[in-house]
Amino acid sequence: MLRLTAGRVGSLVARRATVALTTSSARMASHGHEVSEAVDMSKPMYWDRREIPLPDKRYKDILTPADKSLKEKEKGPWGQLSNEEKLALYRFSFCQTYPEMNQSSSEWKTVVAGVLYCIGLTGLVIIWQTAYVSPPAPRTFDAEWQAKQVKRMLDMRVSPIEGFAAQWDYEKGQWK
Amino acid sequence: MSLQKPLMRGLLAKRLRFHVPIAFALSLLAAVGWKYGVTEPRKQAYADFYKYYDATKEFTSMREAGVFESVRPTGE
Repeated sequence: MLRLTAGRVGSLVARRATVALTTSSARMASHGHEVSEAVDMSKPMYWDRREIPLPDKRYKDILTPADKSLKEKEKGPWGQLSNEEKLALYRFSFCQTYPEMNQSSSEWKTVVAGVLYCIGLTGLVIIWQTAYVSPPAPRTFDAEWQAKQVKRMLDMRVSPIEGFAAQWDYEKGQWK
Repeated sequence: MSLQKPLMRGLLAKRLRFHVPIAFALSLLAAVGWKYGVTEPRKQAYADFYKYYDATKEFTSMREAGVFESVRPTGE
């Protein structure tokens, strides 16, 4: 009854519960052929997440009669269960194991590629802007003004101990 | 199948026992490195600067360069 509509979407960020992709009941009315309902998030849900080792409910809700008989057998001594049965019982309760959940993907490559691509596009936009949008630079950017500015800073002895004027040799009149 | 029982307790203590001495050592190293790499040379630079510093001479050359507003160069 608590079925997710979109299921396991083959998207790049598939690991999250795809509840966000469920369609509203208004849109469902126009489909007609699909009997899916929105997830009721007020009821306990199953999550494959590292920080939730024991989700609020079992993964498999609908048990076939074979499954039900296995569940009955589970009520007895567990030594009598075969390994396959134990695994089957595990898979009733859980969808993915921790190693399966923690599998790394190559998604990061796409992310990095996308980021670099966007930065590149932005760079092109900025180049265009400097050519066609920005006003002319202020006069303080002229080489002559900058030279006069440096001379004034040296005359003022800006940071004479460890910084700017410390690099200037005042006797010889040149940089050290 | 008999797996070994995993470690259930003392996980934080184990981590701290390993990482805290390392953190302590690295911090100590950083502090010592900063002291002898930065502060001591800086103190020496200041000492050297002020050893032969003539304030009047510096003032006069700055005045002649025309950077002050309270005193103009001697010529004007």
